[in-house]
Amino acid sequence: MSKPAAEEPLHYDDALLRRILTNAKTIAMVGASPDWVRPSNFAMKYLQRKGYRVIPVNPGHAGKDILGETTYACLRDIPDKFDMVDVFRTSDAAGAIADEAIEVAANKGAQVLWMQLGVRDDAAAERAAAAGVTVVMNRCPKIEYGRLFGELGWSGVNTGIISSKRRKPGP
Amino acid sequence: MNDKPKKALSPSPAPSPAAGEYGIETLAIHAGASPEPVTGARNTPIYQTTSYVFEDVEHAADLFNLQTFGFIYSRLTNPTVAVLEERMAALEGGRAAVCAASGHAVQFLAFFTLLEPGDEFISSLNLYGGSITQFGHSFKRLGWTCHFVDPTNPENFQKALTPKCKAIFIEVLANPGGIVLDVEPIVAIAREAGIPLIVDNTMATPYLCRPMEWGADLVVHSTTKFLSGHGTSMGGALIESGKFDWARDGKFPTMTEPDPAYHGLTFYETFGDFGFTMKARTVALRDFGPAMSPANAFYTITGIESLPVRMERHVANAQKVAKFLDAHPAVDWVSYAGLKNSPYHALAKKYLPRGAGSVFTFGLKGSPKGGYEAGIRLVETVNLFSHLANVGDTRSLILHPASTTHRQLTDEQRHAAGAGPDVIRLSVGLETADDLLADLDQALG
Repeated sequence: MSKPAAEEPLHYDDALLRRILTNAKTIAMVGASPDWVRPSNFAMKYLQRKGYRVIPVNPGHAGKDILGETTYACLRDIPDKFDMVDVFRTSDAAGAIADEAIEVAANKGAQVLWMQLGVRDDAAAERAAAAGVTVVMNRCPKIEYGRLFGELGWSGVNTGIISSKRRKPGP
Repeated sequence: MNDKPKKALSPSPAPSPAAGEYGIETLAIHAGASPEPVTGARNTPIYQTTSYVFEDVEHAADLFNLQTFGFIYSRLTNPTVAVLEERMAALEGGRAAVCAASGHAVQFLAFFTLLEPGDEFISSLNLYGGSITQFGHSFKRLGWTCHFVDPTNPENFQKALTPKCKAIFIEVLANPGGIVLDVEPIVAIAREAGIPLIVDNTMATPYLCRPMEWGADLVVHSTTKFLSGHGTSMGGALIESGKFDWARDGKFPTMTEPDPAYHGLTFYETFGDFGFTMKARTVALRDFGPAMSPANAFYTITGIESLPVRMERHVANAQKVAKFLDAHPAVDWVSYAGLKNSPYHALAKKYLPRGAGSVFTFGLKGSPKGGYEAGIRLVETVNLFSHLANVGDTRSLILHPASTTHRQLTDEQRHAAGAGPDVIRLSVGLETADDLLADLDQALG
């Protein structure tokens, strides 16, 4: 992440995030890096291990392989359907990606536009929401998956989850 | 703004409240501790294991690279210790926590994660004596310089600032007792300087004060004291608020530059608002090794469950003992911020509205030499108070610092530390208050 967005904090209900992460099966990751120490590569690998198919989008690496998947130059180029777009770019770049996601949403089946930790564009979010796309900003799906499904607390992170229910890790 | 996105997927109708909306009594019992998923064990098991089987080679690699969450080796993470860590983060209203073998150990983890050799920090003079020694002597040998200032005038922190200062360290409710700091102006100075404010909250506990609500960035605890609460278990906790911007002006390269100890991983970028905790754990705790034992974590978790009720009684008993001593003919002065005549009473009402803690000092009448003799006589004549060097036990404790913990210091150093020859320190426990008063009365003769 870069600098956290300075606007007022965003709140998303845990139930909404749970449903997004449970329903999505295929994620288009814009800004996925082939460099294994980059956060996008961390997140992609983690989500793959959790059973998601992650399709990398990165014009600088189009046609190349990242973690076993072919990389595409843009969302339009992806031949398969995907449920969610994960934006691993700066806030400045998020608007154009959001517009492309809105454009291809119906055709590709994408229902969710998710902007990474530190990425936020309120105007783009409004456009996406108006088009019926659910928007999450300034969150990481890897961290939220870990938080909601029982793994993040292992690292001493305050998950905000209080429960007397017996629940196996995972959705 | 997009607080409530239009729902392509609608949320369930009745979401449970976020942990921040639960009361501290609920968090003290539940935070971090859901039932064990395989067996259903309701209480947190003691995972008395050094290491954990990997699912496969790829999983092992992911764990070592910090690409996934999980357990490798109990020097880094342990499921019992993790419950305590999450509970501490929740109680302090922070984002994440890491525990270590003692309060001193977490202070080392915090400063090792903040400082480079040659760096400096500013600390209040009114600290636990062990911290003064750690900062003033042992840290110096690592190339870290601590500037001690009188904290009762917050401007002193401003005056001591240098370009190499990377943190301000205080105890809001100071040990050995009676002094309460005005946190807000100190927070403002730290903010302006772009450096974190670290608060040792051991004496207050999150039940009496939550420093992050006043703007503290990091909180440290000796969990050995009121948190474990029964004099059974050593431990420490370091909690981060998640709100400090480590990238603001390049002062914290350990957080914002690629780390050679992890193949060039950048902690703040990768882990965001819990990056400091990850770095303290996976570099400082990993490489220096002061891990908390799972058994000590278990005793501490159990202790914390009753923290709110214990603290209520601790401060009620302390208030009674302080009032009694204040009126006793053999007593010269009492330094307890819960007393109306204390110069820190107003600050205590503001920052510690539930009570001014249960550790304080008082002085016996007589010349300094006479006070010294009377102090020795007192600690040897009490029957319920235990003469030992700890605080925050169920048992009431008594100490004459000049003849014990501060014996090696000069007279001048003893006075500066609030440990003159006539000073007695009490940690008031949970016994029947009248029994404590009677014991002190007979011993004061």
